[in-house]
Amino acid sequence: MPDLTINCGGISSPNPFWLASAPPANSGEQVQRAFDHGWGGAVWKTLGQPIQNVSSRFGAIDWQGRSGVGFNNIELITDRSLDVNFREIYETKRKYPKHALIASLMVETREEWKEIIKRAEDAGADGLELNFGCPHGMCERGMGSAVGQEPAVNERITSWAKEFANVPVLVKLTPNVGDIVPHGLAAQRGGADGVSLINTIKSIIGVDIDTFVPKPMVGNRSSNGGYCGAAVRPIALHMVAALARDRQFNIPISGIGGITNWRDATEFMLLGSSSVQVCTEVMLKGYRIVEDMIEGMEGWMRDHDFQTTDQFIGKSIPHYADWGDLDINFETVAKINAETCIGCQVCVVACHDGAHQCIHPAEVGRIPVVDESECVGCNLCQIVCPVEGCITMEEVENGFAPTTWNEHLNEGKPVRPKKGAH
Amino acid sequence: MDELDPERSEQVFEDFKKAYTANQAIVEANRCLYCSDAPCITACPTGIDIPSFIRKISTRNTEGSARTIFASNILGMSCSRVCPVETLCVGDCVFNEMGVPPIQIGKLQRYATDMAFEKDWTFFEAGADTGKSVGIVGGGPAGLAAAHRLRRFGHAVTIYEKRDILGGLNTFGVAPYKMRADAALSEVEWVMSIGGITVEHGVTIPETYSWDDLLGKHEAIFLAFGLGPDTRLELPGSNLDGIVGAVDFIEDFKLKAMDLSAVKQAVVIGGGNTALDAVRELRGLGVPEVTLAYRGAEDQMGGYAHEWSAGKDEGVISAFNLQPVAYEGQGQVDGLRVVRTDADKKPIPGSAHTLPAQLVVLAVGQSKLGELVSDLDGVETKWGRVVTTESGQTGHPRVFAGGDCTNGGKEVVNGVAEGRDAAIAIHSMISEA
Repeated sequence: MPDLTINCGGISSPNPFWLASAPPANSGEQVQRAFDHGWGGAVWKTLGQPIQNVSSRFGAIDWQGRSGVGFNNIELITDRSLDVNFREIYETKRKYPKHALIASLMVETREEWKEIIKRAEDAGADGLELNFGCPHGMCERGMGSAVGQEPAVNERITSWAKEFANVPVLVKLTPNVGDIVPHGLAAQRGGADGVSLINTIKSIIGVDIDTFVPKPMVGNRSSNGGYCGAAVRPIALHMVAALARDRQFNIPISGIGGITNWRDATEFMLLGSSSVQVCTEVMLKGYRIVEDMIEGMEGWMRDHDFQTTDQFIGKSIPHYADWGDLDINFETVAKINAETCIGCQVCVVACHDGAHQCIHPAEVGRIPVVDESECVGCNLCQIVCPVEGCITMEEVENGFAPTTWNEHLNEGKPVRPKKGAH
Repeated sequence: MDELDPERSEQVFEDFKKAYTANQAIVEANRCLYCSDAPCITACPTGIDIPSFIRKISTRNTEGSARTIFASNILGMSCSRVCPVETLCVGDCVFNEMGVPPIQIGKLQRYATDMAFEKDWTFFEAGADTGKSVGIVGGGPAGLAAAHRLRRFGHAVTIYEKRDILGGLNTFGVAPYKMRADAALSEVEWVMSIGGITVEHGVTIPETYSWDDLLGKHEAIFLAFGLGPDTRLELPGSNLDGIVGAVDFIEDFKLKAMDLSAVKQAVVIGGGNTALDAVRELRGLGVPEVTLAYRGAEDQMGGYAHEWSAGKDEGVISAFNLQPVAYEGQGQVDGLRVVRTDADKKPIPGSAHTLPAQLVVLAVGQSKLGELVSDLDGVETKWGRVVTTESGQTGHPRVFAGGDCTNGGKEVVNGVAEGRDAAIAIHSMISEA
């Protein structure tokens, strides 16, 4: 049986799946139910001076009839008293000693940080997560992403936390920056034991086109919120990978952003995350999704002969290169499997209108024909094809030795002729 | 137009295929692959741009969706209910190739077109008056489709209709679990709302007008007079009460109250779609024992398999490989005498027996009305059908034809396509003149 246990910056848990600091980790009753379902850890809803929330708070993107492909919120940190929160953390930790229970914190002054860290540790938190990410509401009060966007402030507050804390400290980073690396390095310089990313992306989720009010509507106004859900996953994956492959950055990462199932979680771990955090999918589907996450990852580990998570965390990083270091002579063309093709010809119109006009309707029948002499191997046909495995991208031998663009520029190595550039 | 009889028996029927809610329609619309050069379009006789109208439903552009449908098929509302989509658009959906349930195109079309009626969206206006006129003989689907298209071109139109109601078989012949007469008439009203279509009811040819009269009044005429009465089976006992033609029977219960309380057993003779409608309708009207008697084997029936399958589900009894030889009874029919037939549909000696029935419905075809045009110069007929070119022109340059009188009895959607195409050809002909 593969071993799913992980250690992220000194915080260990029976599996890599943590609830992110958000509504599903708002109370002891919830977190304990989540642990009963199988979640390995939870980052408590951010603690600080309790706030007053607005109504409504959430918005979502519908895509082809499915709601919640993208999601955003204008909810703030905890609105419950710190006494209640810490008592519930204490009770939860006592009942679930092996699970990771992390207190997410957001306060302003050095004194406040000192005070709240002591209380979190007294309650039994296994670690702390400094919320430097929230892009709405709290940042207007000089906290959240207002901290995360300033490396010097990030470093300073992190160093305070490290000064006061005895348990590991993770710094939660905001994606609302041009380049994530300086911000990860700032947390590292401050002494962080790890970073969590991404927090939500500053966003307007939509506009009600009948009332003209952006969403989520609070009366006849709205505000920018934090974007999350499956649609943000590519952005999160990139930011995780950008830190994981940076030579100066060397502390663990807890990956967050659009994780819906074990496959997504595996991708984050392959790009360098030691643990993963989930919120939106739990909000949409409930804690019960973790059963499939555990089984799916275990099955995948067995298939790949991994016994421990360490064996695959970061395994995709060597495959992540700059564009200039890609083999420009590598060539593929699309092949359509006539046996499984259903003749929808969606690939034909996609190639004609959106690519290089190299897939044509057949003269007889409905199975399209690929003009391989023109096919640039872009993948668009494969992406639009509704039949899994029907269109494959097959490597073709073109007689040119592997060469990167940088090698071509610097060493004059030959590059194959362009295709589809008529 | 007369009001419909409020007591008419068809009202006991509910829709066999339920209307979609908005939610259901959007979920189904989102499944559509939006094929290019889609096979469903090719399968539709009127060539509706199906992927486009479905995509518009998915974006809640239902008005645009309905516009797309009606642009090709002005009777898109009734076609959405009565088309045998299983053998047309839905049958050709590429999802069938994938082993995935095909898109329910008919139900989506109904969703969009019903909403058009509900919201009173009318998409088309009559063209500027051309001063020319066209006479249309028959106010069924082909005639209405032609009339509407001709009005869009600006030509004056007169429909000559034998009955006191319009809509043809859509009104008095469609199985009521697909569409009831009131829906058909509301569609007629919607089509007529383009304005400028004159209707003369109670017209028969040559009694009311001769062909020369019509050719004298109009630049062109369009023949869309459909089919004639049910074919009778002349057997001993033909004069007994309780032996009816299927088309007459269907019209009777659709438009009037029908008392079938004395009928415990009914036999429908035939194997085509009218026969399959009749058996299902008899069951729906409460006849306890309904038998379909067909001279061939089950797989030789001309009717659609999906219709027969529904009939079986509804408790219709089958009696295959039978040939009727006599009606039995005293004054009122009480049985149908039959003999078994072999694989070549030949009688098997000694196999005679009686199927008890207080009602025998004949669904063995309708007569063709080709002889109506025998004195119309240049117009040819074949097997009683009016012969036309692809665009609907007969051998007489000013006479066009379409619908059942030319195709021998196909679907509503074929009549609509033929009426529309003939209108385009007529427009082109009289615009050049």
